[in-house]
Amino acid sequence: MALVLNSEAQLVRDSALEFFADKSPILMLRKLRDSRDADGFSRPLWREMADLGWTGFLVPEAHGGSEFGMVGLGQVLEAAGRTLAATPLLSTALIAASAIDLAGSEAQKQKYFPGLVSGDAIFALALEEGAHHNPNRIATTAKRDGDGFVLDGAKRFVIDGHVANQLIVVARTSGGQTDRNGITLFMVPADAAGVAITRSAMIDSRNAARVTLAGVRVGADAVLGRIDGGADPLEAVLDRARAGLAAEMLGSSSEAFERTVQYLKDRKQFGVAIGSFQALKHRAAQMFCEVEVTRSAVTAALAALDENANDASLLASLAKAKASDTAYLTGNEGVQMHGGIGMTDEHEIGFFMKRARVAQAMFGDGAFHRDRYAALTGY
Amino acid sequence: MAVVDNFRAETRVWLEANCPASMRTPMPTDEGSSGGLRAEYKNPETKIWLDRMSAKGWTTPTWPAEYGGGGLGKDEAMVLEEEMRAIGCRSPLSGMGISMLGPVLLEYGTEAQRVEHLPAIIKGEIRWCQGYSEPGAGSDLAGLQTRAVLQGDHYLVNGHKIWTSNAHLSDKIFCLVRTDPAAKKHEGISFLLIDMAWEGVRARPITLISGYSVFCETFLENVRVPAGNLVGENNKGWTIAKRLLEHERKGIGGIGAPGAPTADKPVYVIAKDAVGEVDGKIADPALRNQISVQLMNTHAFQLTRRRAAEASEAGQPPGPMSAMFKYYATELNKTRYEAVLAAGGDQMLGWEGGEYDPNHLRNTREWLRSKANTIEGGTSEVQLNIIAKRVLGLPD
Ligand SMILES: Cc1cc2nc3c(=O)[nH]c(=O)nc-3n(C[C@H](O)[C@H](O)[C@H](O)COP(=O)(O)OP(=O)(O)OC[C@H]3O[C@@H](n4cnc5c(N)ncnc54)[C@H](O)[C@@H]3O)c2cc1C
Ligand SMILES: Cc1cc2nc3c(=O)[nH]c(=O)nc-3n(C[C@H](O)[C@H](O)[C@H](O)COP(=O)(O)OP(=O)(O)OC[C@H]3O[C@@H](n4cnc5c(N)ncnc54)[C@H](O)[C@@H]3O)c2cc1C
Repeated sequence: MALVLNSEAQLVRDSALEFFADKSPILMLRKLRDSRDADGFSRPLWREMADLGWTGFLVPEAHGGSEFGMVGLGQVLEAAGRTLAATPLLSTALIAASAIDLAGSEAQKQKYFPGLVSGDAIFALALEEGAHHNPNRIATTAKRDGDGFVLDGAKRFVIDGHVANQLIVVARTSGGQTDRNGITLFMVPADAAGVAITRSAMIDSRNAARVTLAGVRVGADAVLGRIDGGADPLEAVLDRARAGLAAEMLGSSSEAFERTVQYLKDRKQFGVAIGSFQALKHRAAQMFCEVEVTRSAVTAALAALDENANDASLLASLAKAKASDTAYLTGNEGVQMHGGIGMTDEHEIGFFMKRARVAQAMFGDGAFHRDRYAALTGY
Repeated sequence: MAVVDNFRAETRVWLEANCPASMRTPMPTDEGSSGGLRAEYKNPETKIWLDRMSAKGWTTPTWPAEYGGGGLGKDEAMVLEEEMRAIGCRSPLSGMGISMLGPVLLEYGTEAQRVEHLPAIIKGEIRWCQGYSEPGAGSDLAGLQTRAVLQGDHYLVNGHKIWTSNAHLSDKIFCLVRTDPAAKKHEGISFLLIDMAWEGVRARPITLISGYSVFCETFLENVRVPAGNLVGENNKGWTIAKRLLEHERKGIGGIGAPGAPTADKPVYVIAKDAVGEVDGKIADPALRNQISVQLMNTHAFQLTRRRAAEASEAGQPPGPMSAMFKYYATELNKTRYEAVLAAGGDQMLGWEGGEYDPNHLRNTREWLRSKANTIEGGTSEVQLNIIAKRVLGLPD
């Protein structure tokens, strides 16, 4: 497993950094928020990302992708994190591409990949049901009905839910609410009868939604993967999502940290730069260490996922836990060290803290992944 | 690559034939090998292993062969390290001669000094200690007051060093002394090599909170040091002093690395034994979380060390990352022992006696010892100052 980027990944990284800095500065997110943009992201920009090939990084070559992999997509996500860019990269290019690739049939791949790669179709994973991430507790039911299924349940924190063409719904086909067996993944068109999607306005001004499923009828061909056997591919998809989101958070943390250090050099009080005060210096130095250590965990997780390494899950949990804790630190310290101006909406530093909290909660926070790391290690 | 592959095959065969069985087991803390005239070998195979390795120069694999070093290139040295790790070989020799003084003599010493000192370091014949700190000069090292006055062919040295690790077991000491009290504090310092057996040198052991006695006060009273024992130029010792500190911090930054002496069992096993388990989980969730924080930070830090090593192999200059190693490694090592202590409960609070497991007693003493990690070689606060200044560019 290489922890230093090869030249191809470095190239992707450089072009992604330039892309988001140029085309999607934080100002974009502010505009989307203030104009209450119906989509919550820029479709033309999404098209450009698709043209750059980013939507196809996890898609097999046979289906129009490049199979460039998680390390490459991680570079794009990290760059997007730096400018807090609102994009369907996570929901569609990462999660849906992985779910369809890992669990889908050949027919499903042929059906969904073209739209996914071209940027025409947006996908959303409808997983969460409670206030905390818990992929093992699924109450949404899918009951057999002729040769199809009828789905009933309520989902929340569905990223890009209200703009999705297709939902990937995690439902229970058998077993009790916390059984690992009996979970099945379904491809459900967002406009299917009985599907109701309400956008949720969250603190990070990014897309999320609540989805209710009331007697939603789907055919047998909607099943993604094995009936009752959805937990394993879901876990694999979630590990990629965790590592990818951790990469995004690393980007945001790095940016918040660097902006804060710059502010410490620029802001004068008591006749000197506040960065000369040791109370701030030491905390800045500690943040530096945490960002560096987080970068190592994130890079290792991305590489391990590409290699299908035995410790990929462990590393995904490590990366998401470190990224969550570090984003918490850099967000909070960023606001604090900016003083009064950091409390204003006009200043951008607060955006980082707000995104940090949402990203922390998504797919498991630090506490969730410490628990999982322990379980995977055997204690 | 073929050359390196050959080297790997030869090395594997040689290690297999020459590394004694007990030298392939984890090293108990009291079997470390630091060499010197006063060395005692509790396990005779320690000495056999040292002699075999030093005959090949492999106690210092990358030092030039002309002084008795291994003369290996970076790639070969890496192979040797990997092959040793593969069969669990103990390090044959450690100490300040290898990790600190040697590299500095190679960079700043005269040919005569290298010829005199390097072979004895490589063979483990002479043990060195470090005479930097003084009662009035710790973090502010450059405030040191030990005086050295040049009198013809020798310096007359008077002063008081403190916290000198293992001075009572060492043969020689490298000292920072003030040779020009009128100059600015960084500009009047020189670097001298002194024999502990010379008249006027006295070391008095100091007992640590752990009960061990690993450091001393070192008194220097009218010690006559030949002028040829000056390393570098007179009054230009600070540059050398700082370079040596870089080597020291790099060494300390390796603390807790895989393969380092550790607690007898993984900390979560100690915890399960002590508080029981429910469904395979440590029964106390707070303790379980504390252990996860510790192990995960350690895991992420090990990956960081690897990332730095890979970057250096790829020919990238040492990045700003390296400044954090001493700080992070030592803070982590303290949390590691805190987790062990918390896991063990009152079993880890024993001081001595038959009712305590010897492994637990050792862990407890190591817990106390670990508190020094964030003080010795430059405190954590000093390391944070360095990161803030050199890496982040924050103003004074
Ligand atoms: C919600 C809100 C309401 C407010 N209401 C009022 C009000 O009604 N009336 C009013 O007059 N003011 C008010 N203030 C202003 C408030 O008192 C100032 O924001 C505060 O004193 C900090 O000053 P600053 O914003 O200039 O930050 P700065 O002084 O620039 O501080 C920036 C950072 O540097 C740190 N720092 C500064 N000096 C040192 C030092 N010597 N050592 C270590 N760290 C240092 C600070 O702790 C902070 O983290 C309000 C502020 C807020 C956020
Ligand atoms: C086990 C052990 C072994 C050692 N071995 C050796 C040895 O072999 N040879 C040798 O020469 N020395 C040795 N030392 C000494 C060690 O290098 C010093 O203890 C260390 O440099 C700190 O100096 P001090 O003890 O005088 O503490 P001080 O410098 O007095 O520091 C006291 C506290 O103040 C803080 N502080 C000081 N300056 C600053 C600042 N500018 N900003 C913020 N905080 C500050 C420190 O971080 C510390 O917390 C050893 C120490 C220990 C504990």
